[in-house]
Amino acid sequence: MEATPSNLIVEMQGIVKRFPGVLASDHVDFELRPGEIHALLGENGAGKSTLMNVLAGLYKQDAGIIKIKGDPVEFSSPRDAINAGIGMVHQHFMLVPSQTVTENILLGLNDPSFFMRLNEYDTKITKLSDQYGLKVDPRAKIWQLSVGEQQRVELLKMLYRGANVLIMDEPTAVLAPQEIEGLFDTLRAMIAQGKSVIFISHKLQEVTAIADRVTVLRRGRVTASGVSTKGVTRQELARLMVGREVVFFVDKKPKEPGEVILDVKNVHAENDKGLPALRGLSLNVRAGEIVGLAGVAGNGQNVLSEVITGMRKCTQGEVILNGDKVNNRDTLFGIQHGMAYVPEDRTHVGSAPNLSVTDNVIMKKYRKPPISKGSLLDMTAATNFAKELKQAYDIIVPTVNTPVRLLSGGNLQRVILAREISGNPNFMVAVQPTRGLDVGAIEGVHRLLLTQREAGAAVLLISEELEELLSLSDRVYVIYEGKIMGEVKVKSAEPDEHLTEEIGLMMTGTPLEQIHKEGAASHD
Amino acid sequence: MTESALAKKQRMSYRIKIEPRLYEPPAWFPATVSIGAILLALILGGILILIAGGNPWASYVHIAQASFGDIGVLSDTIVKATPILLTALACSIAFRMKLWNIGAEGQFIMGAWGASAVVLTPILPPETSRWLFIPVMVIAGMAMGAIWGFIPGYLKAKFNVNEIISTLMLNYIAVSWVNFWVFAVWTEGGFQMSPKFPLTAWLPRLTDYGKIVPLFRGLTTHGGLVLGILAAIALWFIVYRSRWGYEIRLIGDNARAAQYAGISITRNIVFVMMLSGALAGLGGMSEVTGVIHRLQTTPLAAGYGFTGIIVAWLAKLNPIVIILVSILFGALILAGREIQPSGVPKMIQGIILVCLIASDFLLRYRVRLVRADAEE
Repeated sequence: MEATPSNLIVEMQGIVKRFPGVLASDHVDFELRPGEIHALLGENGAGKSTLMNVLAGLYKQDAGIIKIKGDPVEFSSPRDAINAGIGMVHQHFMLVPSQTVTENILLGLNDPSFFMRLNEYDTKITKLSDQYGLKVDPRAKIWQLSVGEQQRVELLKMLYRGANVLIMDEPTAVLAPQEIEGLFDTLRAMIAQGKSVIFISHKLQEVTAIADRVTVLRRGRVTASGVSTKGVTRQELARLMVGREVVFFVDKKPKEPGEVILDVKNVHAENDKGLPALRGLSLNVRAGEIVGLAGVAGNGQNVLSEVITGMRKCTQGEVILNGDKVNNRDTLFGIQHGMAYVPEDRTHVGSAPNLSVTDNVIMKKYRKPPISKGSLLDMTAATNFAKELKQAYDIIVPTVNTPVRLLSGGNLQRVILAREISGNPNFMVAVQPTRGLDVGAIEGVHRLLLTQREAGAAVLLISEELEELLSLSDRVYVIYEGKIMGEVKVKSAEPDEHLTEEIGLMMTGTPLEQIHKEGAASHD
Repeated sequence: MTESALAKKQRMSYRIKIEPRLYEPPAWFPATVSIGAILLALILGGILILIAGGNPWASYVHIAQASFGDIGVLSDTIVKATPILLTALACSIAFRMKLWNIGAEGQFIMGAWGASAVVLTPILPPETSRWLFIPVMVIAGMAMGAIWGFIPGYLKAKFNVNEIISTLMLNYIAVSWVNFWVFAVWTEGGFQMSPKFPLTAWLPRLTDYGKIVPLFRGLTTHGGLVLGILAAIALWFIVYRSRWGYEIRLIGDNARAAQYAGISITRNIVFVMMLSGALAGLGGMSEVTGVIHRLQTTPLAAGYGFTGIIVAWLAKLNPIVIILVSILFGALILAGREIQPSGVPKMIQGIILVCLIASDFLLRYRVRLVRADAEE
């Protein structure tokens, strides 16, 4: 089918959306043909949801045009969007738990106007759900339904309102594997009946399994626009998604690693939703080396960092730090045994936003002299300590009494790193330490991590930036759905096509042995 | 863009834009905003008095004179402020950890009961010296308040029971508990009150020293004020200068970060609720031994615990500022009665509170007038 402007159902041209301090969509173009499943692929924070929230009328774009079937439209609310036939199923469902399926579907509609006449509408809903194979009991209360069923209710809500274009925001994130298959069947059924679907995801295997075409976003920009999933390999998509331009080289000195500091053995753990996030993961980090953990976001990286640092319990396996078991104890045990942690979420985990720089840097030191004086705090010592760190780590802030919420991302990260490094840790977990920082700040963070390595500490660097991992790490593990797909040694910081491709394949779910086997087979 | 949309934009060439503050406002700014909010509240209150048929200016002058006009009424103001000061301190420490302790009222009443039990059981005989009586009563009052704080704290820490509901319900239990004792056990001749305490169990009052300092004659300001100010200073030290206070501030600002720093949140919930309860209990002890001099439900459960919530909030949880705000509220309660037993003075209190809380918005956001076409 040739795409002429007239047969496009949705056209978005030059969409720009800014949030304070972030350019979430940077002149993004997007097209949707009728009857296709179009995947929107990108990492967390790439701007997928923002773009679709604009299309669904939740946000107003700062610039750019949206056309529906060739006509320019301006949406000022989701109601306008649904009237134009565009419905979005959000990642977090918007349902009323104590009401029935039918009541939820009718919510906010003008008809029925006063008397609910539920029986009549129950029949209507049943008909609609049969038509699309969305099995759900219209009289059931939402709280009685599984997550998969609730998702079906959201879909029915949109179909009932006459949506022709369905936007699914990470629909598989909350589903179990069997449910994912069911969802895919539903999506195919809807396509067969002439609907179009936009499928937001960061999971490559799902995108290639379900979508006809794919648009890839990276940092608010389009890196691939509407390419057919038939003509593109997973590793190409992975590269488009995570990017591989090497911005700069770091000066990494060769160093022989020492003994094993951190040993993670066969760890199983669940995420917040109670689904398995780590499934028999093992890795180790030795003194004086940086070990990278590569992987697409949401494959268990965060859960792993929390299990290691004691913020989350694991269901099986153990984590050994310097010979001591640290898993399933409290965070204090790790802190007292020389563990430092640079969490991914700087504002919600790594710092207390309304407290001062001083209060934030003494977070792990206030229990010991000189800052602790019996049960009191020596505020002079604390202030001096904060001033020293401000000097040594180039934290740009008027005074150390300034609350850290007023700091820029780079400066806040420096506060966190200063605090963690000043404890002379023998092991450090750093999760996405450079996310959202500008180039200068990134370089500073990299230098600090390398200093740790030279000082003989073991560093586990969890990142989605492949170039960062390859330029800093001595070894790289690749995680996929809570398992390690393989481990590669990084010989030099120079870009290595072969290595990048191997990691890319592992990131998309191919174990290293299989890559080697296939590689050997193709050579024969 | 269509022509009509452009025309619309040109017509509305200015609009109000509200944006979060990215820089801290200067130090004078918060105080100025608060004073401005109180002035606005007084103007609104004045309009209210006008509508009710009064003269606003005369009413405000009357309020000021009835609460600060001479040393006698000033002393009465302080007597009213003392229980509020202690309950406000109690609320402030719980609120700092985002524990919504609505139960200062109940903890206050239980504190009064605990202190009374020392006299009425009797744990100490009536002829005991004041120097022993008062410390024992302080300890008993604080202990009972702490128990009344421990219950919701433990339930919250262990079973995540909503502390707002549990503390609120415990208030009713506390009132009924005291009612039971004054009706059944410690009743004086069938009345709903206990016998009067012996003089040695009274907190010293200024008037007691009237023979030495003639100026103090008739002044009822009692030792509870000293207890309150000492408690405020101690609390300030705990919050801003102790390790425990640091943990409380960290949990209050970001519980995830506190967990990250290795701080036990559940243990702190229990301890902070106990401290909160103990402070309110001290307030009850001070009221029963300094003012009422007998255990009796009615003057005791006058809502000091609820006023404490407002005062703690208005003082932005700062213990030293709480001293000043509770004196202001003592004045409003005292002088308010001069105008009207209830009604207008309470409404003015409410208006002040709403204005002050709303003014907080200006500290966090900037309001700007921008040209509509200057969209960046």
